[in-house]
Amino acid sequence: MLNKIYDWVDERLDITPIWRDIADHEVPEHVNPAHHFSAFVYCFGGLTFFITVIQILSGMFLTMYYVPDVENAWKSVYYLQNEVAFGEIVRGMHHWGASLVIVMMFLHTLRVFFTGSYKKPRELNWIVGVGIFAVMLGLGFTGYLLPWDMKALFATKVGIQIAASVPFIGELIKILLAGDATIIGAQTLTRFFAIHVFFLPAVLFALLAAHFIMIRRQGISGPL
Amino acid sequence: MHRGKGMKFVGDSRVKMNDRMPNIPKDYSEYPGKTEAFWPDFLLKEWMVGAVFLIGYLLLTVAHPSPLEGPADPTNASYIPLPDWYFLQMYQLLKYAYASGPYNVIGAMVIPGLAFGSLALMPFLDRSPERRPSKRPLPTVFMLLTLCAIVYLTWESVHNTNWEKVHAQGEIKEPTPEIEFDENAEGFLILSGDQGKSCIACHGADLAGGGAAPALLGNELTAEEVAEVMKNGRGAMPGGQFAGTDEELQVVAEFIASLKAEE
Repeated sequence: MLNKIYDWVDERLDITPIWRDIADHEVPEHVNPAHHFSAFVYCFGGLTFFITVIQILSGMFLTMYYVPDVENAWKSVYYLQNEVAFGEIVRGMHHWGASLVIVMMFLHTLRVFFTGSYKKPRELNWIVGVGIFAVMLGLGFTGYLLPWDMKALFATKVGIQIAASVPFIGELIKILLAGDATIIGAQTLTRFFAIHVFFLPAVLFALLAAHFIMIRRQGISGPL
Repeated sequence: MHRGKGMKFVGDSRVKMNDRMPNIPKDYSEYPGKTEAFWPDFLLKEWMVGAVFLIGYLLLTVAHPSPLEGPADPTNASYIPLPDWYFLQMYQLLKYAYASGPYNVIGAMVIPGLAFGSLALMPFLDRSPERRPSKRPLPTVFMLLTLCAIVYLTWESVHNTNWEKVHAQGEIKEPTPEIEFDENAEGFLILSGDQGKSCIACHGADLAGGGAAPALLGNELTAEEVAEVMKNGRGAMPGGQFAGTDEELQVVAEFIASLKAEE
């Protein structure tokens, strides 16, 4: 039955090449932990993606309650944490996922570095990967402000001060992030919300797509 | 690509008609050696790893609820800001004499910029075809040194932070409930008179508490319990502070017990 549906769609849209590109490939022995346990280091990238998916899903649910506004942001998070069914779990997963994704991404970077996998012909994929690293740090930084509690406000003040100390364009970056030359307040919160929820995820999706297309194109690097 | 005459399409679309085999996966005997089909064998294993990971992740989430401090208060000047843990190393770097103040550019831009920039340009800095870490000593040593620096800076930052203070400064303070009471009530007159001097000294003339003393407003005690506390004390509060007669004490206890938050 499923095969018939597949063939029906395939005849009209010719999806088999797409399917072949995504799923129909062989996994070599040296990256398979079932054959060499030490190959578990090749799991870090996949786990990073796994947590990223969880971050996207939990974040989508968080926005059902979160209000990006100085008056209500903290109250909405407090309500979410203490009143909403499973709110504490969803927020907890988003909170801890933010840390775990950094850990896993760092381990993945080290694996790629120490296996020399960034060398020809995979230079471009390495650069895209470093870009993903930067975007993830940006997501962590912008997400930290959103609960609008004490540490969020003061950590962001420090972060924006550091950004403002960049020579020449520091002041512009500061105004772009904070929405004002002096105040860190309502405008900052909505800007960080927009950056956290729309701008950076959009960049992240584009980079992830490039990352994965390149992996499928080039295959995984050979054994050392 | 096949072009020209004889091409057939699906309907009037641009999708080529073909007589490809229907969707039947390859036989596993066609995969040589120990390689494994990604779909579905290896993917199943990846999902098992994912499931184990997810269990650990959920245990972490359940065991440690995500923190939430009190609402942001920009007027609080005594708050010591701390970034999330993965930025602690940068935060620590900016505390050193030659990476802060007039040298701020070094700590905030030059060092992180060099580190991140050389990470991004790694394939062009390390151009030898060798992949084994032992056969490209320079990149390996630089990476290990950077790792040590990151671990050291993070450790130093964690070590130098007064965590008790950090946790205490962000605690959510329960707001004092706003309860209106009759300032001419007999109990209040006695309490704010000479008999209640030492009560007011700690609990405040507005009965909103202060320092170590809790607010009398919105307490959850009955008149008997209040009288008991007034006579014998509770926690850090010593007994026998009320200087009036037993009758007056009873009136005051009933007054305090009446200061309930409205349901």
